[in-house]
Amino acid sequence: MDWEPATADDQVAGVPARFVAAPASTAEAAEVLRAAAAQDLAVVVRGGGTKLDWGMPPRRLDLIVDTHRLTGVVEHAAGDLITVVRAGTPLSELDFGSQQLALDSPLPGATIGGSVAANVSGPRRMLYGTARDLLIGITVVRPDGTVARSGGKVVKNVAGYDLGKLFTGSHGTLGLITECAFRLHPVPPARAVVTRTVPAAGVGALLTAVREEQVVPSAVEVDRPPGGEVTVAVLVEGTAEGVRDRAARLEKVLGGHSGDLPSWWGAYPWQPGGTGLKLTAALSKVPDLVGAAAETGIRGSAGTGVLYASVASSEDAPRLVERLRAEAVRAGGHAVVLTAPAEVREAVDVWGPVPGLELMRRVKDQFDPGHHFAPGRFVGGI
Amino acid sequence: MTSLEELAAALRAALGADRVVSDRLELRTYECDGLAHYKVTPGLVVLPRDAAECARTVSECVAAGVPFVARGSGTGLSGGALPHADGVLIVTAKMRDILEVSPADERAVVQPGVINLQVTRAASPHGYYYAPDPSSQQICSIGGNVAENSGGAHCLKYGFTTNHVLGAEIVTPDGDLVELGGRAPDTPGYDLLGAFVGSEGTLGIATRVTVRLTRLPESVRTLLAAFATTDAAGAATSAIIAAGVVPAAIEMMDALAIEAAEAAVACGYPPGAGAVLIVELDGPAAEVAAQFAQVTALCEANGATELRIAADDAERALFWKGRKSAFAAVGRISPDYIVQDGVIPRTALPEVLHRIGEVASAHGVRVANVFHAGDGNLHPLVLFDGAADGEAERAEEVSGAIIDLCIEYGGSITGEHGVGTDKAKYMPRMFSDDDLTTMQLLRCAFDPAGLANPGKIFPTPRLCGEVPRRHSAADAPAGAEIF
Repeated sequence: MDWEPATADDQVAGVPARFVAAPASTAEAAEVLRAAAAQDLAVVVRGGGTKLDWGMPPRRLDLIVDTHRLTGVVEHAAGDLITVVRAGTPLSELDFGSQQLALDSPLPGATIGGSVAANVSGPRRMLYGTARDLLIGITVVRPDGTVARSGGKVVKNVAGYDLGKLFTGSHGTLGLITECAFRLHPVPPARAVVTRTVPAAGVGALLTAVREEQVVPSAVEVDRPPGGEVTVAVLVEGTAEGVRDRAARLEKVLGGHSGDLPSWWGAYPWQPGGTGLKLTAALSKVPDLVGAAAETGIRGSAGTGVLYASVASSEDAPRLVERLRAEAVRAGGHAVVLTAPAEVREAVDVWGPVPGLELMRRVKDQFDPGHHFAPGRFVGGI
Repeated sequence: MTSLEELAAALRAALGADRVVSDRLELRTYECDGLAHYKVTPGLVVLPRDAAECARTVSECVAAGVPFVARGSGTGLSGGALPHADGVLIVTAKMRDILEVSPADERAVVQPGVINLQVTRAASPHGYYYAPDPSSQQICSIGGNVAENSGGAHCLKYGFTTNHVLGAEIVTPDGDLVELGGRAPDTPGYDLLGAFVGSEGTLGIATRVTVRLTRLPESVRTLLAAFATTDAAGAATSAIIAAGVVPAAIEMMDALAIEAAEAAVACGYPPGAGAVLIVELDGPAAEVAAQFAQVTALCEANGATELRIAADDAERALFWKGRKSAFAAVGRISPDYIVQDGVIPRTALPEVLHRIGEVASAHGVRVANVFHAGDGNLHPLVLFDGAADGEAERAEEVSGAIIDLCIEYGGSITGEHGVGTDKAKYMPRMFSDDDLTTMQLLRCAFDPAGLANPGKIFPTPRLCGEVPRRHSAADAPAGAEIF
């Protein structure tokens, strides 16, 4: 298949590429990667291009493998509640009728492959889990061009290693994802959102009250603008009768009211080109983290302990990243700078401390011994 | 001294004599797991009391170049914990402490030998439970569950062990203690925990496990529906799924399985039924009430001959007793049996059941079917009399043919029992050489010497440390040369 010379737009976090190839099938992708390996080319995979500035810039870059031709739903077995989708398919284009792939996408235009590779998630991860939980099978092309599959098309399956989990969140450092099989969920007929805005000191009590009420929320989100009060928003989904009852109970417990999804729902709190962090915490420490984030503001899944913060000014970024990281670690979690302008990326530790790094390096060395794939983009310089 | 004797001496010196078993008779009590027709007496058994002792045991094995196999409660059904005659069996039975139960974090931290059901018992006073519930949950260990990625009747709605394990401290096959995952979700870096869960002891040994606790459902309602045929029960299952209901469980048993369960535990299922379904819904009371009415109507519309609704916990337990004791129960109607575990797309259920029936009668063998109908996980029980000439072989053929059917219909050779020793030979039917080689790259990263549970999962071990094939310039297409 043909490769194209790169244009000025074909760069990754400021590093220009020399070529772009857009395979339309797993076989074509294998051909491209065999050739790239033979010529010792450094490769970065590009889907919708919504997260190309995540992670560190590649140490070197020759070839962008673009997945925009690797699209479409290969199979939707409605009776079995599964689908097989090509990696370049935008999440927003998936339509399974009365069923859904329950993976929220915070970035419009993101593809399946990119969302899996970067392990993005949104509010409803609380009920449905994340990409790793929904993915039941994966087809990848290794950096040497070898095509490999793991899992399958049935939800229940323990045959062999689960490479899908390994590739989820691997940020394109282990190979190219070409197809994903997912379990689907029915689209619930009804939903309701109950919100309440309180001073930061009152968040802990509200979250505890929601947790103790047996209403099984699909999402428990918080949003705190810089210096502001905290809005808690709880989503319930189900039958019309069930949702009515659950929402009424939540209104009582929260002292809040039912309404539409808030405008900030499921969106990252930073602007394009800004500095954005992902902060995690043990559930009981979420209120502490929210309380500590007065200066930057914070938003995200209080129901699972996965939150996001934005740092507006590049000058303040090193100090604020340091402080938020200290708070996240105190809360039993981590802080990762997902996206940042070049000057911030150079000034901070993007990934922070990572346990098990030695084993991770060994995994990378096995899958990509020549370090051709997204070199330097991931944790510990992987 | 042989190398094993030297190793035994080193381990006694390091850990204390009471941790090491080398008496021949005692060793034989560990010769198999729940799949009793594979038997190997281990060279040595070690019972570490904590992570440090477990790590030391592995380090000594590595130094001596001796393979090691981890074992929890020994309830596995694929020979995953089958020992090595020249190796060490590391038994986690003495590591049974629940280290922490934190309802506020919805987490529990346990040692690997802790019994599955004990986690739920410890959590339930706080209003929480541990969701994965394999049928052996009264005796199986969390460490074994992690190794096998165990499922259970309720994983249709709640997922498997891998969806409920947030962190683990493991002993790597090098003998190092490493933390994977943690108390908070989405630890940065590769999801090595996700790769570790379900790796059947080939990537190391879990010494401490952090699990998710799930809030107890407000309401649980259970329905027992009898049907004339498995086809009708299958149609009812399809209708429930098509209606957008995700029950906590949908279990099916056929006439022969019902007969066995009646004989064993007198569960009082409707007499003469060709199939029964157990459908359980749980969640907020108003939600369960609405969906339960829907499920009941769908069972009736699909020809249910009798519907029973559990009036209380005691009756619910009775419904489940027949199902959960089904494997052992067939012992009442057959001297020997093979428990098979395969998966098919749920919609293929009626067709595959007919084909299983055809294969069985062609071989003159009876098959009782018990399965998780909601997710297409079949547990056919192939009945035979080992004393009768050729019956064991015929049963083995039928069992293998069922696995072939699962592959033919796009399913899996195992839904929850694991590959272990028993199914390594089927792996090449489901996966290509490249698939299996790629999986073993992970193995090589964790265990380059191949000492952790060797011979399991993969029929052909890959030698690690091979120099990757260098591609010649001639492999490159002309197009790539232009720019």
